[in-house]
Parts: sequence; C-alpha cells; structure tokens
Amino acid sequence: MSTPQYSLIGTRPPRHDGADKVTGRALYGADLKMSGLLHGSILRSPHAHARILSIDTSKAAAHPDCRGIVTAADFPATPERIVDLGEGETPLSYIRGNMLASGKVLYEGHAVAAVAATSAQAAAEIAKLIEMKYEPLPCVLTAPAAMAPGAPLLHPDLRCKEFGQPTTAPSNVADHFRQVMGNSEEGFAQADIVIEREFTTSTVHQGYIEPHTATALWNNDGRLLIWCATQGSFVVRDSVACMLDLPVSRVRVTPMEIGGGFGGKVPVYVEPVAALLSQKTGHPVKITMTRREVLEGSGPTPGSFIRVKIGAKKDGTLVAAQAYLAYEAGAYPGAMVSPAATCVFAAYDIPNQTIDGYDVVVNKPSTAPYRAPGATNAAFATETVLDEIAETLKLDPLDLRIRNAAKEGTRRADGAKFRRIGCLEVLETMKAHPHYSAPLGEPSHAAAQRGRGVAVGFWMNAGLPSSCTLNVHADGSVGLIEGSTDIGGSRTSIAMQAAEVLGLQSEDMRPSVVDTDTIGYTGVTGGSRTTFATGWAAHDAAQDVVRQMKERAARLWQVEEVQFANGVFTGGEHKLTFKQLAARVGEIGAPVVGRASVNPRGAGGSFAGVIVDVEVDMETGKTSIIRFTSVQDAGKAIHPSYVEGQMQGGSVQGIGWALNEEYFMSAEGRMMNASFLDYRMPTALDVPMIDTAIVEVPNPVHPYGVRGVGEANIVAPPAAIANAIHAATGHRMRHLPMNPPSVMAAILRG
Amino acid sequence: MKKVHVQLTLNGEPAEFLAEPRQTLLECLRDNLNLTGTKEGCGDGNCGSCSVLLDGQLVTSCLVLGVETDGLRVDTVEGIAKGSTLHPIQKAFIDNAALQCGICTPGFLMATKSLLEHNPNPTEPEIRLWLANNLCRCTGYDKIVRAVMIAAAEMQESAQ
Repeated sequence: MSTPQYSLIGTRPPRHDGADKVTGRALYGADLKMSGLLHGSILRSPHAHARILSIDTSKAAAHPDCRGIVTAADFPATPERIVDLGEGETPLSYIRGNMLASGKVLYEGHAVAAVAATSAQAAAEIAKLIEMKYEPLPCVLTAPAAMAPGAPLLHPDLRCKEFGQPTTAPSNVADHFRQVMGNSEEGFAQADIVIEREFTTSTVHQGYIEPHTATALWNNDGRLLIWCATQGSFVVRDSVACMLDLPVSRVRVTPMEIGGGFGGKVPVYVEPVAALLSQKTGHPVKITMTRREVLEGSGPTPGSFIRVKIGAKKDGTLVAAQAYLAYEAGAYPGAMVSPAATCVFAAYDIPNQTIDGYDVVVNKPSTAPYRAPGATNAAFATETVLDEIAETLKLDPLDLRIRNAAKEGTRRADGAKFRRIGCLEVLETMKAHPHYSAPLGEPSHAAAQRGRGVAVGFWMNAGLPSSCTLNVHADGSVGLIEGSTDIGGSRTSIAMQAAEVLGLQSEDMRPSVVDTDTIGYTGVTGGSRTTFATGWAAHDAAQDVVRQMKERAARLWQVEEVQFANGVFTGGEHKLTFKQLAARVGEIGAPVVGRASVNPRGAGGSFAGVIVDVEVDMETGKTSIIRFTSVQDAGKAIHPSYVEGQMQGGSVQGIGWALNEEYFMSAEGRMMNASFLDYRMPTALDVPMIDTAIVEVPNPVHPYGVRGVGEANIVAPPAAIANAIHAATGHRMRHLPMNPPSVMAAILRG
Repeated sequence: MKKVHVQLTLNGEPAEFLAEPRQTLLECLRDNLNLTGTKEGCGDGNCGSCSVLLDGQLVTSCLVLGVETDGLRVDTVEGIAKGSTLHPIQKAFIDNAALQCGICTPGFLMATKSLLEHNPNPTEPEIRLWLANNLCRCTGYDKIVRAVMIAAAEMQESAQ
C-alpha cells in the first residue's frame, strides 16, 4: 500500500487557542463571573464509613451570609430505578449518593451537605456550622479485605453478579466475570516453564492541576444552565438531567477551558449540587473544589490485587495464561476491571487463557477512569512475569515479546479479533532503537547500580458519537463548530483534518468548542477518541462543504462537472481556488454550511512500549530515571508534536505511578497525604527528557489512518521500571509504588 | 473586618484595590482586580500555578496576603506581552507545544521569566531545578524545558 501524500496532515502548525492560553485570557471554569453569583461549599465526611444519624442545619441557616443549604433530601422524590449513563447499569441512588450522601457515608470526603453564600470563604465557614451526628462503622480499604468472609458491607442491597447472573447473598463484590479461551490448564501442562506471581498496586489520582469547578443557574424560564470543567459536556447534561429528573433538553452545558482531566473529569461531582443550590436560592452558584477535596472527594483510579500465571515453551512460545484481577471500585461499583481484562494479555497471541475479574467496593472515593483505566495495573503484572520468563529462558526480553506478538487476526480472551494493529512494529522499533543497544553508562556514585527494562502496553481506544459543523466565510476561512473539550490541542488536530480536505491551512480554520444546545451529540474527550472520531466528523463535514462548493461552481460556470483537487475547483476552462469561490458564494446561492456526524466502530487499538534506564541507590532505595524512550503506534500522527506530547505526558504520569504516587491511608480510612506536598507527583527535576518514536501503522477504517494516542503510553512505564530495577538490583518488585522504602526493603530482604 | 486600601504597581501601571486582611494576593488578583490569568491549583504553595513576581521575586501568590503588596510591584501573566506582541517566552511555548491544557502555563511563564532574568543562558539541569516549583501534569516537562532553552537563545540573540 502506498503512503498517501498530505499537505497539512503530519505538520506542526501552532494551536488556535495558543495566544489565549499564554496571555491568561483563556477562560477556565473558575474564571467565570456572573451577575448575582453566589459561591457554594460542600461539607464532607470525616469518617470512611459511618451511619448519618442527623443533620442539623439550623445554626448554619441562621448565619447572615447564608443563602441556601442543600442535602440529599433536596433531590426530587423519584422511585429507585436502574440508569445507564455510559458507564454501565447503576441504581439511581448510587449515582445521587456520590453527589450527596444519604443514610451512610462511604468514604472520608463523601459530600453530605452544601451551602451557598455571598463568598467562597463565607460558604466554607458556614458549612462548618452544620451539625452532623455520625455512628462510625468499621471500614474496608482493599479488595482482598472487602472480599473476605465477614467483611463490613458498604451496601446492604448489593448482590454480586456472578458470570452475569444475580446472586442472593449481600457482598462487596459487585461483579465477577470470567473470560475463557482454549483451556489454560491443558496449556500449562504443555509448558516447559510456568511462572505465577501476585501483585498489589495502590490507589493513585489523575492529578490534573485544575480542581473541579461548576457554575449552575436555574433560570427563570425553567432551564438549567451549567458552565463547568468537564471532559464531556453531553455526559454532564445527561447525568444532571437524570439525577434531577429533568428532560435532557432542559439542561444546557457549556464546557469551559479545562485544566486537565485524564479521565477524572468524565464523572460529575459539583454540577448537580450547584444546580440544587441555584434552584433553592434563585441565583447562579459556583462551586470550586479545594485540592484536598479533589484528592478526597473526586475519583482516583483503583488500587488492585492481581495474580498472573504464564506458561511458555523452552523456545519462548507462550502457551497459556491466567489472570485474577480484583480491583477496588471505591464506594460504588465500577472499578474498570473489564478493560483491565481486555488489556492484560492483549499484546500476545496466547491460545489458552482464563481471566477472572472482580469489581469490589471499598471505603475509598468512588473511582474514575485514569488514562487507559485498569490496563496499567494489569500490565505491571503481565510484563514483569514475562521479564522473569525471558530471564529464566535466557531470551532477550524483546525477542520473547516479538515471538509472541499479537497480529491481525489474533483473538483476545474477550472474543475480539484484532484488525490491523502495530504491536509487532512497536516491538521491532524498540529493538532497533539506539537506546536499546546503548551502554548504560557509569553509575553516579559507588552505592548506585544501573539497569535497563522494557515493557509494552495496550489500550483498545473508543469510537463514540461526534458531530461537526463547518461554516464557509466570504474570506475563505472556515468556522469549525465541535463539541469535544480541548485538553491538549485537539481543536487544531481536528481542524487540520477538515483543512486537509479543503486544501486550506490550519490558520484558515476557526475552531470553536460550543455548548450542548449548539452542536450535535458528542461523546467525552476520553478513550483516546477525539482526534480519531471528531476528526473523522470534521473530515466528513469538509467533504460535505466540497460537495456544496462544487454545486455552486457548476451553477456559476453553467457546467455539468466540477473537479476539486489541491484546493482548486475546475470546470471546463474555469478555475477558482477555494478562497476565490468562497468569496462568490453569496452571489451564487445560499451560504455553504457543511455538517457531519459519526458513530465509528473500529477505533483501532494502540500499542506503546518503553525502554527505560534506571539508577538505584542501594543505600537509600531511591530510583532515578536516567533515560526513557516511549514508542507508540499512532496510526497516523495528525500533529506529531501533540502525539509526542501525549506520549511524554503519559510516560511521566507512569513514572509517578511507578515510583512515588499513592493514597497513603490510615487504618481508619483517612488519606494521610491529601496535598500536592505529600501526594508527590513528578516535577521537572524528577525526570529526564522523554524520547519518543512514533510508529505509523494506519488504522484501516479511518480516513487518515488515525488511532487514538492519549492512553496506551501510560500502560508500560511501571512494568518497564520494575524490570529495570530488577536489572539494576536483582530484586523483583511486585508492589506499586516502588518508592525508596519498598525498594530498600527488597534490597534488605536480599 | 474593615477592608484595607492597597496601592501597588501592577504590570507596570499604578493600581489599587480594597482587600480583606485575610485575602491572599491570588484572591485579590482574581476576585478584586479581575485578573483571572493567575490560576489556583492547590492553594498551599505546592503547584506553582499562581506564580507571580513580587518586586521581581518569584512567589506563589496563594501564600502572599494582598495587603502585603502595598507599595510594591506585582507582575502577572497578563503583563508579559508587549501590547499585541507576544514575549519570546510566550511564543516559544506556543511554537514548541509546551502547553497542553494550559492551566499551569501562566505559572510556568512567570517562573521562566524570572529564571531568564537571573540566568539568561541556563543549562537543562538549571532549568529543571528552577521549574521544580511548578507542577505540570500534561506534558512530562520535555517540551517545556526545550521551549525555555529556545526562548533563552532567542532572547540572547535579540539582545545582541
């Protein structure tokens, strides 16, 4: 297949919102000002698990600056029902319960009441005047503890769905599923070597720098208007409408500029609460979380207990694999263990597999997606076991992976068969990369030892609906209207896909991200789908523009056939550029408005690998990253700088997850490190330059071959670093994070 | 509590505001002076998003009280560009994709401005050390560090 030639795709034009974002003019949620604006503050539980005996708001209500107080009792009286907001079927009471607790609190930081007042400071002070009476209950904090017989139960009504069937006994396990392919026991019997290991990973947070914020106005025409920081304005609309028992069209959500999300700004937290306060007070109400609230009250990503068993022949052929994945959902079901099962062995062609997944509730914040949710924990297990197999069989760890790499036609245990994928190309790029054969260099001091590790990760990526409208202006520029919140330059990567069709430059495009009244339904900026799906809609909308422009030209020139190539329309001896024709559209007929909506399947999964060199201080257990290379299949890199940016960002989040980050919980379920001082994310000083190698194995279904690149890059780093630490020290790490105490403990164990 | 009258030089021009004594400089900038370019990420001095220059000194404005700035010079992200012309640091950040979501960017720009005033030709380790007060969760810092190097070279060249 010959590589298509593009004029704009693959170049690096500046982003359309660049000037706004370097001058401080870009408006984020917290920057919003409004006439009559009140400020909200949320009162949160100090207990990880307790019964709410009473809520007395009388003192708070008597404060002169108080304008309104709401609790869970202010939700409309609606009979319990099962709803699906895109994350699976859930009782309405669970969804509302995470906004404002009812009956019990299930984690420290669980919201119980909210106050609207004349300033944020006053609201916070008044919230403290609300008198809560609790009966503390025993808490459970890990999946194994919550699954043990006699464990305290979070939800008396929760029953495990076992292999899709309801069971009768109360349980903290919401779901147990199994995926089977071939016969893993028979497979292990054929193996020359079988390695089985157990792993634990801590709860970590997405760590976006902008706290959650929302402003709600329950307007006098009965409409509810919301301005917020979200990855998906339509998800906010649908969630709030569901919780408040409104038709979706009564709610309008305007996405403000968003300060990071990584999955954590898919769910809603403060939006419905601000709406209830606005309904009560008749004023717009803004609620912005503090950093402590973000860590304690928004969704981190699951901690997990994992057991992985892999069998191989002497030559390295993998014959069987088993995984036991128990993931902490937090307070409400939904631990994203299903994607973990999809990803755990996805990089390999293993004929016999059995994968068991458990979705387990514990007394921690209800978890939210985090960049390839579930996959990073799982890859930590699989990729370190593979490293041990390679070591035992004396095989190069990349050769072992290349021998077994998943290809077009390889089937996964979840039943899906891969279309064209780039797993092998990523692994071969890693093998050929100069980093892989470069000397490790001398340790920086006598007590330091160096090692190199590799690993590979997979994320399947999402499709989901996207809509796009294009307005052709008389000067030949094109307004692009879309609904995908732009978290990292997607306005530009989407606009480029329309401009390529139109033969225009990126700066000829005027992209806008608009509210839910103004654009067709568009799914979340998540699942690495935005450049893929909304870009696809932009491409199709541009084709619609070309069709209409050809029709205008045919009428202008009185010809039957009009051709369009390289930005020029031709018909007979007539010729006009796109811009020249755009200038004359007004005299020929109606304005040209192109539109398209898509709901694509075949997102085309992405594989990403890591080569990492570490130096371990054998006297302190501190691990430093010396050199780091990220390799990822982008399908087609629309804007290579933004693809590199995703790879570098995911890599450094992976480094943080590997080496430092964790929710440090007391036995009573209190988070002991709820600040950026103590929840220690990597700084510029903690990491080296992150080298990138973009592999392009085009996604056959996408007009430009795009695969999403947002997520797969975080999957491999913790496993690769664990393998590098082993190479440096001889010790296998099986717990995340691999911070100095845990590395030192491994060294001292000998 | 009675509000305090504060007079200062803000982005090179005289300005005044009334501050509650408890209000941080960050709150005063955003709420009292309507300069929302300075961002709050943590409120306790650990993320650097609210970095501004106070009499030329790089500070996190969430840890400074508004009333403390009386008679002083405060420079924020809104004052970096010269009229409609972007500062070389701003331009380098855009051209080299040194921002993704952009929420930490004002803080990084102020920190970089301060760095290059102290050290016009910093090495990579010097840049990393200076910028370690500022958290970015999107970029992995690679393109930020490169943008700072490019801006430094650009400014050196135009100074000659």
